[in-house]
Amino acid sequence: MSATLHREGIRHTPGQRLGRFLVTLLTVAAVVWAIRTVEIIPEFLSDAPEQMADLLVRMWPPDLGHYYPSVHAALMETLHIATLGTLLGIALAMPFALMAARNICRSVLLNTLAQLVLVSSRSVNSLVWALIFVAVFGPGPAAGVFAIAFRSIGFVGKLMAEALEEAHPGPVEALTATGASWPLRMLKGVWPQVQPSFWGVALFRWDINLRESAVLGLVGAGGIGVVLDDAINFFQWERVATILLAILAVVLLAEILVTRIRARLL
Amino acid sequence: MRRAFAPNWPARIGLFVLAAYAVWATSQLGITGERLATGLGEGGRFLARMWPPDFSRWELLLEGLVESMQIAVISTVLGIILSLPLGLMAARNLSPAWLSAPTRGFIAVCRSLHYVIVAILFVKAIGFGALAGVAALTVASLGFVAKLFAEAIEEISMKQVEAVRASGAGPAAVLLYGVLPQVASRFIGFSLYQLDSNLRNSTLVGIVGAGGIGGTLFAAFKRFDYDFVAAILLAIIALIFVAEIVAGRIRAALQ
Repeated sequence: MSATLHREGIRHTPGQRLGRFLVTLLTVAAVVWAIRTVEIIPEFLSDAPEQMADLLVRMWPPDLGHYYPSVHAALMETLHIATLGTLLGIALAMPFALMAARNICRSVLLNTLAQLVLVSSRSVNSLVWALIFVAVFGPGPAAGVFAIAFRSIGFVGKLMAEALEEAHPGPVEALTATGASWPLRMLKGVWPQVQPSFWGVALFRWDINLRESAVLGLVGAGGIGVVLDDAINFFQWERVATILLAILAVVLLAEILVTRIRARLL
Repeated sequence: MRRAFAPNWPARIGLFVLAAYAVWATSQLGITGERLATGLGEGGRFLARMWPPDFSRWELLLEGLVESMQIAVISTVLGIILSLPLGLMAARNLSPAWLSAPTRGFIAVCRSLHYVIVAILFVKAIGFGALAGVAALTVASLGFVAKLFAEAIEEISMKQVEAVRASGAGPAAVLLYGVLPQVASRFIGFSLYQLDSNLRNSTLVGIVGAGGIGGTLFAAFKRFDYDFVAAILLAIIALIFVAEIVAGRIRAALQ
């Protein structure tokens, strides 16, 4: 009788096990394919550690004397690009967010159209937007502001549309019953409900935009990236180190600031 | 008498300050209406030259896309492998402070530097090509996966860890049977997300010479080859779109 007491627990059904095996196989196959076919020059790989060490030695110590005035001015320009871009992006995103929210805009056609705009804005990276706007406005911070703004539309619009859809219909119905006009219903019925998520989204995007605007200069869209690109092209490595430290400091400060403000707001 | 909708003065003042800042910053950056107007005209011409997209050099396009995919796969795998020990080292409930604090600092630096900046440094240090892209995206993956992994470990229940420890298990067995089963599913989720994001980013690192379709895109831009630019952009968007759908399917299947 002891044989019937012996049971072995098997966690997954045969189908599940087959599925897991296939996923593992697929993953391993993808990795092996990628490593075997990627074009990496063996000489570059073998002396990579040496070259990295050489670069770091050249960067050390960072020459902080380079900071003022040129790096400082570029850093301020980056801050302006990020902030203005965020403001413009939010202003452009709000109509699309309203259009994409199914409880506010009742037309399926307009919903889909707005979603399409938001998705395309998000699919194109801010550097690519920067390339496009450099071609449109010419090199300079204007291209940077527009690149940041157009990239932000999709992000802000999507998250705001979701927040709008979660808004409770009660206040809006109450306002409608008093005969309030559409702008008033939005301002006094919907806005107070979505305000917390709005500030959260705006601050979060500003933080991301600050990081991204630091690299826009590499394609000529203004900001600290231009100074960084020049310093690298002239092999001024102590200067490169100073610029990197400045970017790092600003990004970390912005992150702390945003976290503090969000903690107080929410 | 209290008004039904009292004016919110702090908000009004805040809005006014923001508007004033916007005007001041616009003048600081030298953006004028005239320049924007010229830009709009240029924008029209630019769009006209992008149409129709030119897919005649599809071999070049495909080559770039494949290289981007290779960079994404390799850098994700390397990033995940390196994130495992780093995440464990950074978790404050498992590692002593002298180990977790510097590891957390290292992860924060990896995360703060934009991957394109990291890519430039690697291009200068180890030369043009896919290797620099792989290195840069590995650093970016480290910053993201290791941070989230450390946070996941900090949230685990210590009861199971203590139970395994009480049975006399060594540190390796504690990790393997007490810690990892609790975080494995979330770790897979982070990795999948990182693969998706590396795929997006690997289409860009080429702009600074680190391999992939980005190099082709930047070259086409520089040659004012705007119809080819349009084709490349459409291909990148399609690739990202497909990747997003596949990742969504896998995520749904895992749950």
